[in-house]
Amino acid sequence: MNGVHDMGGMQGFGRVMPEPDESLFHESWESRAMAVTVAMGACGQWNIDLARSARESLPPAIYLSSSYYEIWIRALEQLTLERGMVTASELSRGQMQDPPRPVARVLKFDTVDAALAAGTPTLREATSPARFAIGQHVRARNIHPQGHTRLPRYVRGHTGKVAMVHGAHVYPDSHVDRSLPPFNTHAEWLYTVVFEGPELWGEGAGAQVQVSVDAWEPYLEAVL
Amino acid sequence: MSDHHHHTHGPDEPSHLSEMDVRVRALETLLTRKGYVDPAALDRIIEIYETEVGPHNGARVVAKAWSDAAFHDWLLQDATAAIASLGYSGRQGEHMVAVANTPEVHNMVVCTLCSCYPWPILGLPPVWYKSAAYRAKAVMDPRGVLADFGVTLPEQSTFRVWDSTAEVRYLVLPMRPPGTEHLNEEQLALRVTRNSMIGTGLALTELA
Repeated sequence: MNGVHDMGGMQGFGRVMPEPDESLFHESWESRAMAVTVAMGACGQWNIDLARSARESLPPAIYLSSSYYEIWIRALEQLTLERGMVTASELSRGQMQDPPRPVARVLKFDTVDAALAAGTPTLREATSPARFAIGQHVRARNIHPQGHTRLPRYVRGHTGKVAMVHGAHVYPDSHVDRSLPPFNTHAEWLYTVVFEGPELWGEGAGAQVQVSVDAWEPYLEAVL
Repeated sequence: MSDHHHHTHGPDEPSHLSEMDVRVRALETLLTRKGYVDPAALDRIIEIYETEVGPHNGARVVAKAWSDAAFHDWLLQDATAAIASLGYSGRQGEHMVAVANTPEVHNMVVCTLCSCYPWPILGLPPVWYKSAAYRAKAVMDPRGVLADFGVTLPEQSTFRVWDSTAEVRYLVLPMRPPGTEHLNEEQLALRVTRNSMIGTGLALTELA
């Protein structure tokens, strides 16, 4: 989706503002928001791409005017609502009215450390040979999917060079096919593709700048 | 939910709960009552990222790479395994790649699409990393971003920006500051700033 989350190369946001004495959390609710988002992810009722898709699908004005943990909470409300895990009435009252839906698992205190240390690897056994090789020129396809994708707009239609081949990784665009488990974990070859600054930003711009994205094979086409 | 912040509070309660405070508390309470989350697990998650997992992990990785040539090469060849050998692995660091700064090339890491960040070695991302300004500007004007952090590199430097659009997470291996030849790993780690491992800063030539 060509959403406002796809920010690479946008202008007008001003300078980057480092904080002199930054704290990990800036409001008391932020740590709870982070933890509840992580813990609810562990329930297995959605995957990382469905979570990203929920965040990207917030109304653009809401997305742009929310802090990042606020985006997480708004998306978490949507994710739980869409699956019937909570109801709008329960959310507004903060009280349980309907019985819970079954979930794949619940992250308990004594499993937190192991779960975080394990993570959720996305590397899969490849079922076909890689189409592209290191050093090869490729073009990011000029595609505009309605749904979730991880191909940023600023590289679409531009030519770059394959710098790394990472093996086959779960393909985000189809990882969101089903909203409940079992998810579609189809994998595609993943490449780091490097673009020269002027190719992305025009002649005279971006000199001495190289930018790479990690792009799945369906995002790319061969350059003859 | 807009009416929540008009609650009145007793004398022992905070005088003001923000709308988000109320919203997150209500959500956590509801999800706990439903049995989806264990509040003790939430406490533990917070404790881990507040006290155990943070940039000091990454600093240890960098300091070891500066001091140990074999580890340096392993880190650049297979960062996931090299970093795991120091005990750092997992969520948001499942597939690691380390990229080394040189006198000619300065690396910078961004996630233009969301906030992807190598949690096991850097902890939770700072606000600026998730900000629209950084996500928009890093891929177009990395030199300008560095200037926003008060850092200037020689004119001839090439900027190499890594947009983390997949589940690969990047660690910048900053250049070892001059005059640190006599320092051991522990001392070297103190020279490694969080920003130097993202590419919005440099390792410290001297301790503040």
